Amino acid sequence: MASTESARVAAIEDIQPQLDAAALPERDWTGLGRGDTSAPGYWSRAWRRFRRNRVAVIALIITTLIIAFCLAAPLISRYVTHFTYYENHLGQALSQPGENDFILGSDGNGRDVLTRLAFGGRVSLLVAVLAAMSILIIGGSIGAVAGYFGGWIDTVLMRAADVLLSIPTLVLLILVSSFYQPSPAELAILIALVSWAGVSRLIRGEVLALKHRDFVDAARVLGASNSRIISRHLFPNIVPQTIVWASLAIPGLILTEAALSYLGLGVRAPQPSWGNMLQDAKQYVRTNWTLVFIPGLMIYITVLCINLVGSGLRDALDPRLNQ
Amino acid sequence: MTGFIVRRLLQMIPLLLGVTFLTFAIVSFVPGSPVSSMQLNPRARPEDLERIRQNLGLDKPWYERYFLWLSDVLRGDLGLSLTNFTPVTDRILGVLPNTLLLTGTALALALIVAVPLGVASAVRHNSPFDHVVTAVVTALAAIPSFWMALLLIILFAVKFDEWGLPSLPAQGMQDLQGNTGILDRIEHLIMPALALSLGQIAGWTRFIRSSMLEAIGQDYVRTARAKGLVEQSVVYRHAFRNAILPLVTLVGLALPELFGGAYLIEQIFAWNGLGRLAFDATQSNDYTMIMGATLLFAALTMLGNLLADVVYALADPRIRYQ
Repeated sequence: MASTESARVAAIEDIQPQLDAAALPERDWTGLGRGDTSAPGYWSRAWRRFRRNRVAVIALIITTLIIAFCLAAPLISRYVTHFTYYENHLGQALSQPGENDFILGSDGNGRDVLTRLAFGGRVSLLVAVLAAMSILIIGGSIGAVAGYFGGWIDTVLMRAADVLLSIPTLVLLILVSSFYQPSPAELAILIALVSWAGVSRLIRGEVLALKHRDFVDAARVLGASNSRIISRHLFPNIVPQTIVWASLAIPGLILTEAALSYLGLGVRAPQPSWGNMLQDAKQYVRTNWTLVFIPGLMIYITVLCINLVGSGLRDALDPRLNQ
Repeated sequence: MTGFIVRRLLQMIPLLLGVTFLTFAIVSFVPGSPVSSMQLNPRARPEDLERIRQNLGLDKPWYERYFLWLSDVLRGDLGLSLTNFTPVTDRILGVLPNTLLLTGTALALALIVAVPLGVASAVRHNSPFDHVVTAVVTALAAIPSFWMALLLIILFAVKFDEWGLPSLPAQGMQDLQGNTGILDRIEHLIMPALALSLGQIAGWTRFIRSSMLEAIGQDYVRTARAKGLVEQSVVYRHAFRNAILPLVTLVGLALPELFGGAYLIEQIFAWNGLGRLAFDATQSNDYTMIMGATLLFAALTMLGNLLADVVYALADPRIRYQ
């Protein structure tokens, strides 16, 4: 009896160092500096899931490169192409790629395509990101208010959303921007003003699902105001859905900007955007097809990569969808 | 069912009022009016312009004009186009068949390609074929339709012509040299319809693939297999018929997208359709024309959604509308 007892103690002492070693690494999985040894938090688990998705990681790298290319536009202009995006070289207009020192050729005004591509990307990405943020702010607040308060407020707001949803967004945007020359920031807000309806429905649904949960009731019992409940208790719970929505919406918004600028209604010359570079180029399809091909390819690669990152994020942030 | 349809039709009324009111408000804040282009005419005297403005009712505030417009519409009159003073209804009806031909062809093309591709991909789940289809479809989904249209023109109209191959016409709806056979119409239709349908092809293939995969995993499919049915019958008679149902809704929801896409595509291919008409109207402040086109777009969209719901209910006995 005693011997088995001591054997057990010995066994425990034997594996104790291993137990210590297993518990020892006080790694900060949560990134919150608590140094606890509990299971990794939501975000680090999501990041690990994302890293396993090879396609999404490659897409993220390419997206980062494209963003870097656009951010470095002034450097590219000064050190690589030696052209500004607005200077005309009419004598050397429509150079083929490589001709007359134009690496990717020159457009109908003799402007350098590569420089304009970098500066145009800034505008296209800026408009898309800004529009996504504005849509989230507008649609998010409307959806949250509608879902949280319900009643006639809900009815009025959601009928307004229905009205917007039953006109093609592009048609509305064409209407608005045909009488008004928006700056890139204004264009983003215009796009947001006509496209918030979808998000407001999404957020409304999430809020409806959350508002009768116990932690919301608990907050209310503790005397929290409506605005506090919405901003501190409901919003943090819909952050993952919003991130996924934004990463899947930005490609669509890049396309919207491109389509508008392509029709000559978005960003206007001499300021380049990928869309208005296409608009400028379409008259030269017979002679200089690279002028059409290059900006479109940039739009395409960007949209494709952000899409792939977005669906990677969706799978990583919402394990329920992982099948 | 009849009650459901009636209620949905009634619900369309406030929505259409909202759509027209919103559009009218936006159009009214446009600086300049249809008359401002006439001011460029040196023979137009100020009092003439004033008279024209009064005749068109442009001297009244916009909300008053909205109600005048609305009461005309309720009597079935969409007014006169302000650019060439022909009835809006005539102009719309004149080009509507062209737009329906384009969007209808695109829709049919998308279904013809997407359904077999999605089903085949799901049946051969995780095979190389499935992987290729998934990759191609993901790649296609991100292509901007107007860029695709330009690329099609570059390849099939410009380059094929240069290389001495039979090329496709890049512009218009038919040969202007009098050669107007059915083949010529089809030749003109191929590229715009293809460009317009690519997004739908990509989206629907993906959708049908996942819907089909879900159906194949169901118990009734296992039952069908267990009782010894041939694979053909299991896939097409049991899984496929259930997997295809939600597509009806998707087609209904795609209508605004197709009409919106037609705006761009008609512009690129000089296709004489509703999108081009509406676009030109916005460029020239022709507000009766804009209103007519918007009303039609919105009504078609809503009717499309309603039709999708009705067809869904007819096709799926589990769905009941109260």
